[in-house]
Amino acid sequence: MNKDFEEINVEWSLVIRPKTSWFDWQIADIWRYRDLLMLFVRRDFVSAYKQTILGPLWYLIQPLLTTVMFIVVFDRVAQIPTDGAPPALFYLSGLVIWNYFSTCLTKTSVTFSANSGIFGKVYFPRLIMPISNIISALIGFGIQLMLLFVLLLYFYFFVGVQFSLNIYLLALPFLLLLVASLGLGFGIIISSLTTKYRDLANLIGFGTQLLMYATPVIYPLSFFEGKYRSLIMINPLTPIIEMFRFSILGVGEFQVSSLLYTIIFTIVSLFIGILIFNKIEKSFMDVV
Amino acid sequence: MSKVVIRVDNVGKKYRLGVIGTGRLKDDLNMWWAKARGKENPYSKVDSENPGSFDEKEFWALRDLSFEVKEGEVLGIIGKNGAGKSTLLKLLSRVTTPTTGEIKIKGRIASLLEVGTGFHPELTGRENIFLNGAILGMTKAEIRSKLDEIIAFSGVEVYVDTPVKRYSSGMYVRLAFAVAAHLEPEILIVDEVLAVGDADFQKKCIGKMGQVAKEGRTILFVSHNMGAVQALCSRAIMLQSGKLFYEGTTRDTIAKYSHMAFDGTKAMKIWPDPSIAPGNFSVKLLSVKVLDNLENVRNIFTDNEEFFIEMEFSVQNAGNSLTSNLQLFTEGGIFVLSSGNWASTTLNVDPYSNRTFGKGIFKSRMKFPAYFFNEGGYFINAIINREAMTPIVYVEEAVTFTIVDSGDMRKEYTDFMGGVVRPKLEWMTTQVNEYSLNTN
Repeated sequence: MNKDFEEINVEWSLVIRPKTSWFDWQIADIWRYRDLLMLFVRRDFVSAYKQTILGPLWYLIQPLLTTVMFIVVFDRVAQIPTDGAPPALFYLSGLVIWNYFSTCLTKTSVTFSANSGIFGKVYFPRLIMPISNIISALIGFGIQLMLLFVLLLYFYFFVGVQFSLNIYLLALPFLLLLVASLGLGFGIIISSLTTKYRDLANLIGFGTQLLMYATPVIYPLSFFEGKYRSLIMINPLTPIIEMFRFSILGVGEFQVSSLLYTIIFTIVSLFIGILIFNKIEKSFMDVV
Repeated sequence: MSKVVIRVDNVGKKYRLGVIGTGRLKDDLNMWWAKARGKENPYSKVDSENPGSFDEKEFWALRDLSFEVKEGEVLGIIGKNGAGKSTLLKLLSRVTTPTTGEIKIKGRIASLLEVGTGFHPELTGRENIFLNGAILGMTKAEIRSKLDEIIAFSGVEVYVDTPVKRYSSGMYVRLAFAVAAHLEPEILIVDEVLAVGDADFQKKCIGKMGQVAKEGRTILFVSHNMGAVQALCSRAIMLQSGKLFYEGTTRDTIAKYSHMAFDGTKAMKIWPDPSIAPGNFSVKLLSVKVLDNLENVRNIFTDNEEFFIEMEFSVQNAGNSLTSNLQLFTEGGIFVLSSGNWASTTLNVDPYSNRTFGKGIFKSRMKFPAYFFNEGGYFINAIINREAMTPIVYVEEAVTFTIVDSGDMRKEYTDFMGGVVRPKLEWMTTQVNEYSLNTN
């Protein structure tokens, strides 16, 4: 057997070479590690329940107290209208979507700094981490959605609010996908940038807080006219929350065009996010 | 003809030193602004070669490295700290990517560094087996098929559904190791340098390695322990400054390494300036010398010569009880012996054994007899103890010397003689009986 012949017979299972392409996304690798993805989700799920006194109750307490706070401050004191919907349902429906977004964003924005230990030791497609984060965050979302429905039933049976659930609720999975992709896209952009600029991490905390006020959580889009309205329309979350509210409470406004804008915005940010993430992923261990 | 399972082809890894951004967005913007205006770099290191510049220094941790590993081979990788061993392992385990060249691998590669990676304290032993196994690249189905084996191997059966935060550290390591051990990679990487943990655990790693090697799988073994490399590896490569310095049989490579790492020129060490001499305010080491029996300083001896190690030290405050002490190492780092002038450890009577010293300058001299060393390089650590126990002077590798074979002991057997010492010892052979294999 001569050397050339042997050469041909060897089938390399892995070739490690300098990665220069921006588009080498290794989707197949992510698929191969899907078991790991689900195990990470399971880990987040289990560890969230253990070691806390109230366990999953925290998922309920936070939106409930926030809703009460909003009712006092924005409904009673500031008297911001809620498009005729009961304030409690109005705020909570906005919060449910907002909380899911902000959890996705904050969790994925620390991908590199929170996992540098494990990333430094063993290879797996790094995108597995942030993707598992947004899936884990669905748990909290589910609990809060349930709370919203319970409150809805309460208002229907005991307060006499008109039943307003409608066919648009079927769009919820799609809306969730948009929120998750948006959170993931921005989260991994931030996590990539924080590997170089640690002080950006400080921005995330109050940045998300500020962003909430630029999102129709505590006010309806119809509250604004003119240039403020178009400013709020720039926020890709606006049509999502308005549409979600419409599907549950029958109040809110959304057009196909603004939804289309959100879709395009989401795809572009996710695309840019993955590009930067992949680039940083390769050099991350050398910078830390 | 066995197949090549790893081919490293012209691999280089470049790191950037110096200014890689400041780590703060504001400062980076400032820096770019200064650069744009042609000003000095406000964040360059003051002590760098040309302060104020924007130059980045490059550092090649690996350069033009090429080698092959065949199936079933146990390859030792040796080299000094900073030679590029760890970088090579990082590349092989895909933690980082090469700057140039490519590495081709056939089969699953796993490293014993990763033991316990991703263990979560809140999860049970069983859950952690799945998580850790998946991190190491196993599928759920694979883990399930080996689950019983892993649990049995770890010896934590009773506690497998208890969160691992309640485990003792020993149980924790055993469980982690059990997962790694059942990974059954075609190629195993063992980095002894980085394998922190107790001696027991290291022994386990080495033991597992031997077993894997027997199964005919490929192993890359990185170690500073030349004894272990010699015992386990069939072939070895030596890295030096990121390049392949030598490739050959384990014995040849180790010989090359020992030779490179050893500075054989230190026949004496003198501290002319007492203010920076080792010691404290009252005791200072002045010099350490290797002397032949004519009082000449030299450090190459034949094995039939006797010679001396001499320490000179000053004592400024009277009343200290001092002991001179030496440690002997081979060039490969094997600790051969330590010796001191305590009364119970000297062959003769040293008048200063176990005594308090007055003010003055003193010399302590120890004799190495002829026919004591094997050929090779050795080095000496010089120590002065107070009250027999407390070291107040400790100088590593104070002097070195080389022993050359005189041929005196080579009149019959001329091949390689192993070991670190080669003393002439007493032998006696007698006849037990006449021509009968029955010893009763």
